[in-house]
Amino acid sequence: MLNLDYMWGLLPVLLRYLPLTLQMATIAMCFALILACLLAVVRVSKVPFFNGVALLFISFFRGTPLLVQLFLFYYGLPQLISALISITGVTAAVLGLTLHFSAYMAESIRAAIVGIDRSQTEAALSIGMTQSQLMRRIILPQATRVATPTLMNYFIDMIKATSLAFTLGVTELMGATQKEAAGSFLYLEAFLLVALIYWAVVEVLSWGQRRLEIYLNKAYQR
Amino acid sequence: MISLQGITKRFGDHTVFHDIDLSLSQGEIIVIIGPSGTGKSTLLRCINFLEKPDAGRLQVGDLSVDTQRASRADILALRRRTAFVFQNYGLFANKTALENISEGMIVVDKLPKAKAHARAREILQRIGLAEKADAYPASLSGGQQQRVGIGRAMAANADVILFDEPTSSLDPQWVEEVLSLMKQLAVERQTMIVVTHEMQFAREVADRVVFMDEGGIVEQAPPEELFTAPKDERTRHFLRKILAPMGQPVP
Repeated sequence: MLNLDYMWGLLPVLLRYLPLTLQMATIAMCFALILACLLAVVRVSKVPFFNGVALLFISFFRGTPLLVQLFLFYYGLPQLISALISITGVTAAVLGLTLHFSAYMAESIRAAIVGIDRSQTEAALSIGMTQSQLMRRIILPQATRVATPTLMNYFIDMIKATSLAFTLGVTELMGATQKEAAGSFLYLEAFLLVALIYWAVVEVLSWGQRRLEIYLNKAYQR
Repeated sequence: MISLQGITKRFGDHTVFHDIDLSLSQGEIIVIIGPSGTGKSTLLRCINFLEKPDAGRLQVGDLSVDTQRASRADILALRRRTAFVFQNYGLFANKTALENISEGMIVVDKLPKAKAHARAREILQRIGLAEKADAYPASLSGGQQQRVGIGRAMAANADVILFDEPTSSLDPQWVEEVLSLMKQLAVERQTMIVVTHEMQFAREVADRVVFMDEGGIVEQAPPEELFTAPKDERTRHFLRKILAPMGQPVP
């Protein structure tokens, strides 16, 4: 049988590490969004040299496992660049998550921008709007709506992916659980509890996602 | 007041039209007709610089632009003086009917929002959609969307409104309401150039009908003249083909 008392007692212990998990995911998400937008705009407008760089970047970070990338940043690169020797596990994890997820997000943002029908672009230009006014007022608001569900999915994915940071020695939610379980030998209880915590966090976010989509869709109801 | 001088447009090796001259005075209504693929729409798009011409001069009011030396500012100015109505409406899907009309006044003309909205409401009144101010395009019928498209063009206070087959993608039941709005503008002597296949509209409303074929203007004349006694064989051929099936008198 499950030792429920143990789980109940472990809950507040683990919840102390939830903020770090959420912080890493949120910070990485913010940087990843900025980077992804830049990559997407470079790809859409086909800026000569940078388009190639963006393609290579996206190809590499989508083409290799996140865990490999994290090890590369934390254990590998300091060997090459001595300034990185003092890189903390948290920083390496945030860096890895940012780069990895920005590659995926760039493609969904690009698809959303390209998906806005051309006639609106022409209409905006025809009334004398500049390219940047067109982007700001017509294209990006609509692309945001189109991209939101997938971007939210990436955010949810990212929250779960922060658990990999424990392999870099970071005591976040997963790392803490691992330590507690190793001490008590109650692996099933500990990992079941941490699974439930991740699940609950994701459920809260999914609820927020639905609310956001309803808000963003209000212009499109027939 | 508006003139095109030597306007040429090529796509790659293909010359769409060559050395087009056309001018119209204030309050004049021109309808351009002709077979598909003869560059009628492309010509309109060149006037608005949605397509960059490969040669020629455009003059609208006191603004005269050499199309090969046009600066960004020239192009923006030209666009603000030549409003465009699209075949597929091109309404901003994230904006209400009111906002679609006020957008240009706010962003381009830098009018205060309240003032722009007040003007947009007047325009909605004129196009008969006052009660749809807060409706988004997705909830409007095709005819209503195109009327908003025309409203947006009216809001530009442009010297000329360019209509690119404004009724071609409409279900038949909405065509009349769009045409009647255009007739109302014609009565108010709004200068316009209309590319359309609506021959009845051309007959009733145009001051001058321009027939284009094979990349050039074949002839132009007042409708009663062009429809009854066209000078060129190509015009006659085209009119027979398009008018006979509609039971209209052919030349």
